[in-house]
Amino acid sequence: MKFWRTPLDIDKLQIPRGELHILKERCKGCAFCVEYCPKGVLELSEEFNSKGYHPPVAVKPEECVNCDLCEMLCPDFAIYCVRTEAGEKEVTT
Amino acid sequence: MSAKVEELIKEEHPMERLLRMDRIPHIWCPTCGLGTTVTALSTALEQLQLDLNNVAVVSGIGCTGRVAGYMKLDSFHTTHGRAVPFALGLHIARPELKTIVFSGDGDLISIGGNHFIHTARRNVDMTIICVNNFIYAMTGGQVAPTTPLTAKAATTPYGNWEHPFNLPLLAASSGAVYVARWTALHVRRLTAAIKEAISKRGFSFVEVIAPCSTLYARINKLGTGLDLMKFYHDNSVIRHGADLNDVDIDFQSKIVVGKFVDIEKPTYIDCLNEGGKRAFGDKYKPYGGGNGNN
Repeated sequence: MKFWRTPLDIDKLQIPRGELHILKERCKGCAFCVEYCPKGVLELSEEFNSKGYHPPVAVKPEECVNCDLCEMLCPDFAIYCVRTEAGEKEVTT
Repeated sequence: MSAKVEELIKEEHPMERLLRMDRIPHIWCPTCGLGTTVTALSTALEQLQLDLNNVAVVSGIGCTGRVAGYMKLDSFHTTHGRAVPFALGLHIARPELKTIVFSGDGDLISIGGNHFIHTARRNVDMTIICVNNFIYAMTGGQVAPTTPLTAKAATTPYGNWEHPFNLPLLAASSGAVYVARWTALHVRRLTAAIKEAISKRGFSFVEVIAPCSTLYARINKLGTGLDLMKFYHDNSVIRHGADLNDVDIDFQSKIVVGKFVDIEKPTYIDCLNEGGKRAFGDKYKPYGGGNGNN
């Protein structure tokens, strides 16, 4: 991460990590989560769910920062994010 | 079919606490903005940490009208346009309830337009969430009083020639104390606005611009709901406290969003008690609702 100046509380900051849960069968393939994930974690998969839509798949799950935007934008309550302690990184300049 | 699909899902979504899961998956089309708005309301309710026994959701008819059926709260699905008068009765009988009207533009503003302006005039303490998708979506895409000029609808195949309503101006000039407008893309700001509107005493109005992919976007050849979301991303202008005469929405024009009005005014029940005290003096017992004991 690049900063224009070093934040004063940099030693206290942690980059949060999230664990994605995708409820494939409820997905309607709208791709809101894919489009608006700020880290580009998601992509539409090639597989079909039982309704015939392509659910998203996490291609870079380790990049997720638990921002919850996918969960809030999903119109079908088909994706959510849980904060995990494991893999939290300290912020470096 | 739906039961079978839900049986396949083993995990529990955090939003399920506020949803009637026997009704899910919902009937809204893929890329519809309504599910996102429901998430915003649920998140707002969770963040406010309200007692959910004291929250009531009232809806009218239409796509948005189905929200009352999907939310695991005290809810009522009223007849066409009558969400506001039902909520008014509910509020008068039980003023301690947080009454939320969640309905569409066709229901609230066209068929229920008179109810809407008169409830705003009386400043009844309720929250109105109006999802504006510019069209009567459930009935097949007829022109609505919010359809922008020159936009096509099923009943105006050569383009709409009627001037649409400017909803924030209508609400504010009728007497609303809180008026905001966001799109379905601004989820966090929308959640914050809904939180403020629910906490506000008086008639608070939140307009949500939501994509309708199956009718509005298809008839006007605007692509999918995702394309409309991208359009909102590129063309929304955040202008808090904007002059409400300038927040009209033209066909595919800039959309001015933000918090426009936030004022204080005595509510309907405050005025009722004040009027009673003026007329009857000490003999008047102030009305505060309750279980029929007052």
